[in-house]
This record gives sequence, C-alpha cells and structure tokens, in this order.
Amino acid sequence: MEEIVITSGKMNHHVDPVLHVFGWEIPVYLFLGGLVAGIVVLSALMVILNKTKEMSITASKIPVLAPIFLSIGMFALLLDLENKIRVYQMYLTFQPTAPMSWGAWILILFYPFNLLFILTQVRSGFPEFYQKYIMSKFPKIDDVINWICKFSSQITWINLFIGASIGIYTGILLGAFAARPFWNSAILGPLFLVSGLSAASALILLLSKQEEEINLFQKVIFGLILTEVVFIGLLIIELSTGPKITQQAVGLILGGELTAFFWIFDFCIGIVLPAILLLARIKGKSIPAFLAPSFVLLGGLFLRFSIVEAGQLSTWIPY
Amino acid sequence: MARYAMVIDTKKCVGCTDCVVACKAENQTPDGFHRDWIVEKTSGKFPNLDLEIRSERCNHCEHPPCVYACPTGASHIDKESNITLVHRNKCIGCKACIAACPYDARYVHPEGWVDKCTFCNHRLKEGKLPACVSTCPTHCMYFGDLDKAMSKVSQLLKSRKWKVIEPAAGTKPQVYYLI
Repeated sequence: MEEIVITSGKMNHHVDPVLHVFGWEIPVYLFLGGLVAGIVVLSALMVILNKTKEMSITASKIPVLAPIFLSIGMFALLLDLENKIRVYQMYLTFQPTAPMSWGAWILILFYPFNLLFILTQVRSGFPEFYQKYIMSKFPKIDDVINWICKFSSQITWINLFIGASIGIYTGILLGAFAARPFWNSAILGPLFLVSGLSAASALILLLSKQEEEINLFQKVIFGLILTEVVFIGLLIIELSTGPKITQQAVGLILGGELTAFFWIFDFCIGIVLPAILLLARIKGKSIPAFLAPSFVLLGGLFLRFSIVEAGQLSTWIPY
Repeated sequence: MARYAMVIDTKKCVGCTDCVVACKAENQTPDGFHRDWIVEKTSGKFPNLDLEIRSERCNHCEHPPCVYACPTGASHIDKESNITLVHRNKCIGCKACIAACPYDARYVHPEGWVDKCTFCNHRLKEGKLPACVSTCPTHCMYFGDLDKAMSKVSQLLKSRKWKVIEPAAGTKPQVYYLI
C-alpha cells in the first residue's frame, strides 16, 4: 500500500488537485490554428497543381478566411494570457527551446505572406469585388498585383510551408510538454495537421458549389479522417506501451474520466458519423450536404478540447 | 558561479509546517497560494508501515523544462546562483512553464505573473539562509553550494543515502531528500 497526501500548503488555484491552467481559449485557438493551416496548405496545393479554375473556392476564395480565423484564434490566445498588456514581450525575443516562441513568430510571418497569396488570387477569386471596390478606387493596384504575381510560385510555396508549420506546431506545442504524459507524443503534430486539413476540407465542402470540387473533397475528407483514426490509434498504442505514467495517462480515455467524451464526441460524432454520411453521399444517397462537414468541424473542435483536458489531467506527481 | 541546492533529511522532518509558514511570511505569497508544502507518504502494510514526510518546493532543476518552455525568457536560470527564477516584468502569464513543470511547483500570482520558490535569493544576497531553512525547528533542512566540496550539503550527499523526486522526469532536481 502506498498513500501520498499533501498535508499542508499547496492547493494552489488551477494547479491542485489537478492542473487546469488552460480553459476553452487554448482548444479554440488550436482548432482555429489547425483550420487555418488546412486552408493555407490546400489552397497553396491547388495553385501549385494549377487547379485554380476547377477548385476556385479552395484556391482563390477561401484563403481570405484564413487571416480572419487566425486573428480570432490569436484573440482567444490573448484572452488566455494572465497579463495581456505584456504580450509584446513575445516579440522582443526568440527562445529556440520554446515551441510557443516559434509559434508566435510563425504566426507573425503568416500574415504578410498570406496577404501576398490572397493578392495573387484576388482577381480570379473575386473579380466583381475587385473591379468595383478595389480597381475603381486604386487604379494602380493592378500594376502592383502584376508585379507580385511574378513571384506567385515562390509566394505559394512559402505559404504551403507556413501552413504546414502552423498545423504541426499546434500539436508540437502540446507534445513538447514532457511533464504532461498524455501530450508527450510526437504523433500530436501530424494528428493536428491532418485534423486541420480535414476541418479545412469540411469548410470547403460547406462553401463550394462546383461539382468537381465537391466530388474531390468528399473523397479527400474521407481519406483524411481515416488517417486521423490511424494517428489516434498510434497515439493510444504509443502511450499504452510506454512507462507507467503514460499508461495511466492513456487510461483517461480508456475507461477513465474522459472516455465518454473522447469516444462519443471525438470518435463517433467527429469521425465515424461523418465517414458514414460521406460514404452514403459518394454512393448517391440523398443526405443533406452540410451534415458530414459540420460534424467533421465539430469533431476537430472536440478533439482539441479532449486532448487539452487529458494532458492537464495527466501528471508525473500523483498527489 | 555557485550551484545552490537544498538537502532535506526525511528522518528528521516531523511535518510541523513551520517552513510553509515561514515562506508565506517572508515572501508574502497571496492568500490561498503556497511556494512550499508538506507531503506525507505512507507505505507498507499494517502494522509494518513506513512514514516519510517531505517539505517540497520548486526543485530548481539543472535541466529546467519551465525555462525551456518559456516564450519570453521570463523564466530563467540565474547565472550567479543557478537558481531558477522568474522576471516578473517579462512574464505574460501564458502558463507554459506551469504545464512544463512535472512537480506542479508553480502558480499564477493574482497580479498576473507566475510565482514559485526562489530559494529566497533576496536573503541569499544578504548572506542569510532561505526562510524555510532558517526556521526549521528540527534542523532537517540544509542549504549550500554543491560546487564547494566542504559545504554541508556536499558532505551530506556524500555520506548519506538520498533521492530526488521523480528522477525519471529527467530534470535533475536540486532539492535532495536524505532517506
């Protein structure tokens, strides 16, 4: 028998008896970060593959949503800070060992390069808006965009790199916390990237009206959520076969207190249900088009909530 | 440069909590927050029970994950003393250091920065011992420089069996427990 108790002191707010320093803001930020990563990667890919006409939502229209979503995510992150005024301190230094520092700088890099990418696509994505509101007021902008388009290839590749970096970073951010056994896995990086790609694909499905684009992304999203299942399986195997603390950590979703949330909301609603609905639609069944992508988006959000919570509940110190 | 460490004799500690009170009085930690605490570990089977009492705090690790996780450099290792400290003016309260600490030794101060044990570095500068060490009525706590072979802490670690908390976390704690 072994019993360890704290008899005096401690019981610090949000630290004891279990860690709860991250609230809703972090999962929301991680979800929106993943969604933005997915949007940027997919739009860049379509431009690289020269599919801008067939995939106009993906290549030319949806990129404008990326900075909006990212700004909402960063606002959620700001709300999480205990000292919001000092947020500028992040940008007075670069700490190579801190994933959060890498993230802060990558997110700053995102905005100018994403703006350049949007400018290369604005004429094909929003021709009427461009003529009516931009060209009429700033007639010389056409020359500027022509000049920017000379570097379109480089801008697209840089966006692809930044998008993938943001997607992986959202997982590495948690994975680097060795003190939280549930998070301490390299699989979180690719899992969050794939989840971000599936969320972005779901958004494209919700917005697109082009048949070719819809048909492609129904298949893409199906493949992506199957990949998610593989990564979730690998995560469970990795944690289950690790030392005692990781076995205890994975126990949270294998019979522990997060089991119901994880398997019902993340797995059934976020993965199995949309997979069935998509399969039925691919086979020609008449199911409302918005259902499957909506569940994929919800599943992505639930996944971040459950993983953030599981990490905080897992610990080295059992008291 | 010194390499300060704390050595606590679990055979002498009675869990009186004077160290907890002394720390609170010295460092004026806010209500409901503590930089150190007492842990009682009971192991064995009745009637052969073993009781170990430990006064715990930030371990001032040699490989501090809190410092590595800090995005602003607020969490740092003091170059002169090797003590892990927090620059209050640089701390944005992102709580990465709290999540990174396997010992849950940190907390968010209500004024918006992360707080933890400092080994009373303000007292060390005046040539005094940390408040908890100087208060301990059983003299079970020792503090000194591990780089000095003749220091009390060095001698105790050479002559007695000791352990650190969760060595597998790989942080190389600098708070040692004599067993």
